[in-house]
Amino acid sequence: MQNIETAQGQSAAMRKRKLSSLNRVFKYVLVRGLTLLVTVTIGVYLAILIANGGGYVDEMRKGQIREQVSIQMAGDPENAFLTLQERRTLEESLVNTQIQQLGLDRPFAIRSFEYLWNGLTLDLGRADYLLSDSGSRQVRAILGERLGPTLLLMATGQLLLFFSSLALGLSLSRRYGSTLDKLIVALAPTSSAPAWFYGMFLILIFAAVLGWLPFGGMVSAPPPETTWLRALSTLKHMILPVTALLVSSLFVSAYSRRTFFLIYSSEDYVEMAKAKGLSDREIERRYVLRPTLPTIITSFMLTIIGLWTGAIVFESVFNWPGIGRLTQQAINMFDTPVIVATTVIYAYLLAITIFLLDIIYALVDPRVKIGGGGTRS
Amino acid sequence: MKATLSNFFRQMRSYPSAVVGSIIILFLIFMAIYAMIAIPYSDAIRLWRGADSVWMETPRNAAPAWFNWFYREKQPESIIMRTTDDPNYKQVVDLGGGVATTDFVFEFDYQYDGFPTEMTMFFDAKFVASRPNVALKWITPDGREIPLADLSVRASENYSISQDTRVTRRLGGLSPEKGLFADPANPNKVLKGTYQLVGEGLVFEEGSSVDASMVIYGKLHGLAGTDHRRRDITIALLWGTPVALAFGLVAAVGSSIATMFLGAASVWFGGWIDWLIRRVNEVVMILPLLPILIMIGLFYSRSIWVILGIVILLGIFGSGILSYRAMFLQVKESGYIDAARAYGAGSGRIIFRYMIPKIIPTLIPGFVTQVPSFVFLEATLALLGLGDPVLPTWGKLLNDAQTNGALLNGHFYWVLEPAFLLMLAGFGFAMLGFALDRIFNPRLRGI
Repeated sequence: MQNIETAQGQSAAMRKRKLSSLNRVFKYVLVRGLTLLVTVTIGVYLAILIANGGGYVDEMRKGQIREQVSIQMAGDPENAFLTLQERRTLEESLVNTQIQQLGLDRPFAIRSFEYLWNGLTLDLGRADYLLSDSGSRQVRAILGERLGPTLLLMATGQLLLFFSSLALGLSLSRRYGSTLDKLIVALAPTSSAPAWFYGMFLILIFAAVLGWLPFGGMVSAPPPETTWLRALSTLKHMILPVTALLVSSLFVSAYSRRTFFLIYSSEDYVEMAKAKGLSDREIERRYVLRPTLPTIITSFMLTIIGLWTGAIVFESVFNWPGIGRLTQQAINMFDTPVIVATTVIYAYLLAITIFLLDIIYALVDPRVKIGGGGTRS
Repeated sequence: MKATLSNFFRQMRSYPSAVVGSIIILFLIFMAIYAMIAIPYSDAIRLWRGADSVWMETPRNAAPAWFNWFYREKQPESIIMRTTDDPNYKQVVDLGGGVATTDFVFEFDYQYDGFPTEMTMFFDAKFVASRPNVALKWITPDGREIPLADLSVRASENYSISQDTRVTRRLGGLSPEKGLFADPANPNKVLKGTYQLVGEGLVFEEGSSVDASMVIYGKLHGLAGTDHRRRDITIALLWGTPVALAFGLVAAVGSSIATMFLGAASVWFGGWIDWLIRRVNEVVMILPLLPILIMIGLFYSRSIWVILGIVILLGIFGSGILSYRAMFLQVKESGYIDAARAYGAGSGRIIFRYMIPKIIPTLIPGFVTQVPSFVFLEATLALLGLGDPVLPTWGKLLNDAQTNGALLNGHFYWVLEPAFLLMLAGFGFAMLGFALDRIFNPRLRGI
């Protein structure tokens, strides 16, 4: 009788603990989310401050308005009858209305907060020169079109990278000292070069010399008729960029995973598990992979952050129609609103990446659940 | 101390990657020193800007000269002959009354399988009122004489033979640089042998003279070839070395040392200092480095040193601070720190004398491995068109190659040369860094 009671008490306690640990995970995620929101706000504000550098950009925009107005006036036949003085005053008044319309006459301190709000709510204004494929000047429309391809390429590359480096690292730690292991260790320094660098070589070999794969772009031109063929063509265009991403990061990731696994598999509790007669697979899953997971996720997070910022050149090299390529086009055309907008979008992407990984982190790190404080190492 | 050093070097020698990495780094340092001595800074900038038509006599987009070693069909290098260099090319006969004939004969042996890319005559004439006259003709090895042009020479005159449409017509539609060298039996093949370019000149004034130089632009040039603006790529390859090394080393050392101090301060003082440093770190982690650098490059300055400053500033609060914090947290708990506190050591003393020395072994491999990422960062910015406006760098070479379709047009050397050096720098530091990591971190030793 007593036994049953204690059993019931235990299961209730377990349920309670489970609930409280879920609570803790939820609270942790909430706190992290709020912190990140504040962080993003500060980051975007900093970006705006840098972008407007002492009103330089404002001056530039005013200059543009003046030029546009004078071109408009020169093209208007009615103005031919005005005297020079009249023309001047008319031009001045037109310029001033435009400046007032755009709100450029207010002090920067006020405008900067307006810009901040616009940036945070992704109201990104109108591009100076660039157009979206549908012909829109709205920066949001332009970015929206480009976000898809970037996410497609990066997500494919990063997921492949994560799982293949994990698998490779595990198998290397199992076959420690083999030829393959030595080869990967020797190849690890090659990851010091970024993905676009290997991309250039891959283009040289597979596009310029062998002619097997396209130089760049996302779909062949003209695009194939059916959706199925278009997807196939996109897949073909993705081979080189994804390979470049893998080549640039796989070896060093696999190397560091392998090293972690080796360090952790020499721990006493692993020896203990071996002594208990658990299978190798069981030991790996429970005693090696589990404790190393938080560290692995941290290092993976850093890799992804690196890849995000590297995407600008990476996409330019491969002519991939994503945000990175857009950034480069904006640089070449000096399209300020687009450049600022891409910076904001990148800040958001980084924050979202960190947030997602924080959630995963909370799920895998026992310290968060028990409430021992989830300090990332 | 001496014993530790020699012990360290003995350990280094047991890692082949450390040895190879060190050799590569030494080679690059040697190259950087050579570049700075051989081509002074101001010369490098002047040459790379290409002012004063310094690159008039080099071919456009020429491959490196050593390409000929690998192909059976030999491509021409430039043939440059000047009357100012060798007086035998020019014969002056005074006819009296200020009139004199000035004849040039440029004779050369052409034994290449490929055609040249361009042909130009440059004249320098001295006169007061009446210009000298020069009639040019071409004599092929089989004795054909092809008239080129009759020129009235100004003080400084360029005559581009390869763009003269009248010569093209005379050659039956072949462009001059091909037609003049083609075998009449097979216009796609070069007729090998001794060619002559003959100029019959007349000057009409006392003291008037004319000097000529003939440039037949080849397809190969120098150690590294030339770019689309006829500049010798060797200059950028050489000068890119000190720039890349300086940028990479200063950025890596600067940011990692500052990060280390901040990490130590954050752990030691704790409280609001720790809080502030961690929040700043979080903001910096969100700031996308490259877009920020792009904005700085566009709106403020493209100078490589300004960019370097920003990179260090953002790098200080970057992700490195987290790992230093973790390390210092362990160090702080050590017994000897308590001992130091017990004898009354101040915060500064504990940080500088006890905490930081403990971490330095992990710092060194860390910053050696970081160098490549900064070297490539410079190349990345240059590739986006935000390279330093005056300095020739590896990244700017890649950018030129990229924007001029080097890969599409088959000018592979233009991409491969700077890429090779970038790779050398990257691998050199990475290999050394990986080995140092294993030497300094006993936990990794043997793994």
